[in-house]
Amino acid sequence: MPTIIVCLKQAVDVTELKVDSATQRLMTADAPRKISDFDKNALEEAVKLKDKLGGEVIIVTVGPEDAKMVLREALAIGADKAYLLSDPSFERSDTLAISYILAEGIKKLGNFDLIFCGEASIDSYSGQVGPRLAERLGLPQITYVRALSLDEDTIVAERSLEDCHETVKAKTPVLLTVTKEINEPRIPSLMAIMKASKKEITIWSAEDLTVVKARVGEAGSAIQILEVLAPKMERKKIVVKAETVGGVAEKLAKALVKDGVVGR
Amino acid sequence: MKALSEFRGVWVFSENLDLMLELLGKGSELADKLSVELTAVLMGYNVKDQTSKLIEHGADKIFIVDRPALKNFYVEPYTSALVQLVQQHKPEILLIGSTRRGREVASRLATRLETGCVPDCTELSIDDGGRLIMSRMVYGGNAIATEVCRVKPQIATVPPRVFEKLEFKERKGEVVEADVELEEPRTEVVETREIEAAKVKVEEAKVIVSGGRGVEKKEDFEILEELAEILGGQVGNSRPLAEDRKWFTEWIGLSGHKVRPSLYVACGISGVIQHVAGIRDSHVIVAINKDAEAPIFEVADYVVVGDLYEVVPALSVALRKLLKGG
Ligand SMILES: Cc1cc2nc3c(=O)[nH]c(=O)nc-3n(C[C@H](O)[C@H](O)[C@H](O)COP(=O)(O)OP(=O)(O)OC[C@H]3O[C@@H](n4cnc5c(N)ncnc54)[C@H](O)[C@@H]3O)c2cc1C
Ligand SMILES: Nc1ncnc2c1ncn2[C@@H]1O[C@H](COP(=O)(O)O)[C@@H](O)[C@H]1O
Repeated sequence: MPTIIVCLKQAVDVTELKVDSATQRLMTADAPRKISDFDKNALEEAVKLKDKLGGEVIIVTVGPEDAKMVLREALAIGADKAYLLSDPSFERSDTLAISYILAEGIKKLGNFDLIFCGEASIDSYSGQVGPRLAERLGLPQITYVRALSLDEDTIVAERSLEDCHETVKAKTPVLLTVTKEINEPRIPSLMAIMKASKKEITIWSAEDLTVVKARVGEAGSAIQILEVLAPKMERKKIVVKAETVGGVAEKLAKALVKDGVVGR
Repeated sequence: MKALSEFRGVWVFSENLDLMLELLGKGSELADKLSVELTAVLMGYNVKDQTSKLIEHGADKIFIVDRPALKNFYVEPYTSALVQLVQQHKPEILLIGSTRRGREVASRLATRLETGCVPDCTELSIDDGGRLIMSRMVYGGNAIATEVCRVKPQIATVPPRVFEKLEFKERKGEVVEADVELEEPRTEVVETREIEAAKVKVEEAKVIVSGGRGVEKKEDFEILEELAEILGGQVGNSRPLAEDRKWFTEWIGLSGHKVRPSLYVACGISGVIQHVAGIRDSHVIVAINKDAEAPIFEVADYVVVGDLYEVVPALSVALRKLLKGG
């Protein structure tokens, strides 16, 4: 029966982000958080495998204390155990440092068969943490998985690339990153939510993980962010109006010709 | 960590040769600014005949790894070859083509070298201190982040069709057989199914007429196709039409193609940030939507509140009349 680890990120809900119009800065601190979309697909796939084969689903998150909220939701969806790797020294970690912290946490957990990650997280959208973690743990990886099956110690996965779909075989343990296409995540029932509130969330600090301080947080990050600004989108926003649809079309057509974007 | 000054030179790598030419275009600008050599890493099987093309497009030097073991793409042999080459020669900058395969190699490589990697850069430049300044979209397209890498090599991945190829005449370059050992793959590809690609790459289209969930049936795309044809362009679509409805295999947006046509016509697309992230650089945007509150109107030059089933055919008629006259 497989032991499955899911790496889950508490991400900024990017559809709820507001921009401070004076400074063009994003107000990320006030934005709501949620389970990163593709990580929900990753979790769903793990829970589906457990429903079929038995075993256990463990979720791991690197994040602040309040990430407990998303871990509760993940437990309600069907995870059995949750680990929050949390320490003030982890703040501002880039993917190099996040993958290091995750790797140390997963080593402490012990044996496993599969690790699931999302193809990318919705806020930073780097798609690096999965492959970086595979590298640190010395695992084979299959990225962009859209369908899979597990038979004993063999995983068969279909992955989508730009120009083809590949069917790939590997022996466990293996790390997989999944796309949104792989499944439709379930919405937990009230019953499941109640039950989940009794499950335990374990918090591991830097000390518990015996991580090297110089390798986490800002000190352990290779990337330095100079600035994050909302792009300027200056559009004309001209409302095209007329009595009839034909009139609207005519006005629009003329404007486009005048702008030099049609008629070559 | 090595002293930073020990690292010298700009390198490019992509398993996609066309993308590698684009990387050379940007790479030669960066190398000129730093007064260093530009090197391409060419890997694969039977790829020797590509060297002259790489030189014409700006490479001063090519490391070639041409082996049967590289006939099919696996991440382990490619990564191990790059790791060894970088350790032997210490470039300061490495640009890697941001395909789904390339991103995987870049992440593994950066981890093995304990360095950073900025993904999907849309702008690259060198500052006065000789650092690589990298910009990319974050927060689902809500913002552009500008980043630097404090460790060398500084690694960036670059998506297709962001930078121009440059062609030079009568250039000379050196081709060097790389001395590397390849790691064995740890996965096995048992089947490959080609996806039928669009006839014209949507990034190259001058005009794009795009449909979203406001288009009810796949057959209804005919009216968009007609408009696109009159405009000498191509049709495109939002992600749900590919992912949920399975009408298409590709889409435009943050997680799909990023386009920059002179004219983008959005029909029945709400304009959620992830879609807008892919059309931001369009010269003129027309939005047709029956909901006056649709967010797409916030990013449009021309706002048409109406039913696409009426507006699109009427626009075709009006344009046909106008263009025939001119
Ligand atoms: C991480 C992530 C990445 C994503 N990446 C992408 C991406 O790359 N590209 C992308 O497109 N999406 C992406 N999405 C999905 C995105 O969030 C939206 O769900 C999607 O763009 C909505 O598509 P739509 O506008 O076609 O559909 P809807 O949002 O359903 O909008 C349909 C619109 O059509 C209008 N309409 C309906 N009927 C008519 C009519 N007869 N005439 C005129 N107007 C009509 C409606 O008013 C509505 O505004 C991503 C999501 C996530 C979470
Ligand atoms: N802080 C984190 N905690 C746990 N998992 C993470 C974290 N950040 C990223 N991941 C995992 O790595 C994937 C890719 O993230 P990213 O590299 O940020 O695009 C996500 O979908 C998660 O599965």
